[in-house]
Amino acid sequence: MLAALIIVFREVFEAGLIIGIVLAVTGSVAHRFRWIGGGVLAGVVAACLVAAFAGALSQLFEGMGQELFNAAILGVAVVMLTWHNVWMARHGREIAVEMRAIGQAVAEGSKPLLALAVVVGVAVLREGSEVALFLYGVAASDGGSALSLIIGGCLGLLLGAAVCLVTYLGLLRIPPRALFATTTVLITLLAAGMAAQAVAFLERANWLTSLDTVVWDSGWLLSEASIPGRALHTLIGYTDQPTQMQLLVYLAVIAITGWLMRLTAQVHGGHAVAPG
Amino acid sequence: MSHPTLMPIRLTLAAICATALLHGAPALAQQAAEVPLSYSNGAFQPSEVRAPADKPVVFRVKNLDAKAMEFESKSLRVEKVVAAKSEGVINVRPLKPGRYEFYDDFNEKARGALIVQ
Repeated sequence: MLAALIIVFREVFEAGLIIGIVLAVTGSVAHRFRWIGGGVLAGVVAACLVAAFAGALSQLFEGMGQELFNAAILGVAVVMLTWHNVWMARHGREIAVEMRAIGQAVAEGSKPLLALAVVVGVAVLREGSEVALFLYGVAASDGGSALSLIIGGCLGLLLGAAVCLVTYLGLLRIPPRALFATTTVLITLLAAGMAAQAVAFLERANWLTSLDTVVWDSGWLLSEASIPGRALHTLIGYTDQPTQMQLLVYLAVIAITGWLMRLTAQVHGGHAVAPG
Repeated sequence: MSHPTLMPIRLTLAAICATALLHGAPALAQQAAEVPLSYSNGAFQPSEVRAPADKPVVFRVKNLDAKAMEFESKSLRVEKVVAAKSEGVINVRPLKPGRYEFYDDFNEKARGALIVQ
């Protein structure tokens, strides 16, 4: 039971962190639960589908289907997160000026909400498909120990939900004005980390082989497999053995996000009167 | 988005991607050492395998069990779910001589090692 709890918790943990951040980011937007809930639900359904067809998926692209699929959905999440940041840079002024009356921003708010719902869906899909495979294996095998394993799995799931709640409540303690800057940084690092992870998947698939020298090994200091290591892995993309290409892409995503945000903020500043 | 200052970054990025992919092509042709493994009744068969140093390694893990397993190794930097009754292919970069342990992440009692020499 404990083994099942640990395995499920480890997978749900990352999705929990991401959902917690997204909840905090969308703190003042109407209908956010509908969007985020929809993202979670779509992620769960997609995870079950991916698990059901895992065998077939991994046979694609000469056995590299899983890796390329993961790289692709991570790529989608990176684009969505960056788009969200750029959108916020454009409308952040209005939101900052009228923190309480953000009627216009909310009316248009469904755009970034869709992006964030996709991100939540991707997070649940990635972590959930492994949980689904694991629990399916348990259910398919002997019935005797299956029940206690399922209970362990459910407890792991609840702990993951607790992580989500703690992340959300922790971020809410930050004053609204600082929250905007904090979540922008968080989302940028989240996107950069996901991009570096996508690079790792492309490297495993042998689709990306240049600059694949490991730059450092900090596993002795903070193992990626430990819980703090996993938290940092999700939040800022910490890897104990990054390759040159991973570092390059990581920094490029941060630079491009910063550049795009400044650019859209300036363009928007030029036509201050014109709506979004 | 048509701001002129954006173009150099885009072009640089495209160039980086293009060179990365072009460099990737010859490496694919480099002969890799194949390491077949099977997994049944929660154990690797064989539990110790060998491969030459400084050559890419390709694990072919046949999961004969009715449950999915996850082939994982910290030292090899790999992690891959292999569905029930199917085969997983795992690519590994050229390695220095040494002992590299791997295990099933869904069942940590199942362990094995790759000896590179």
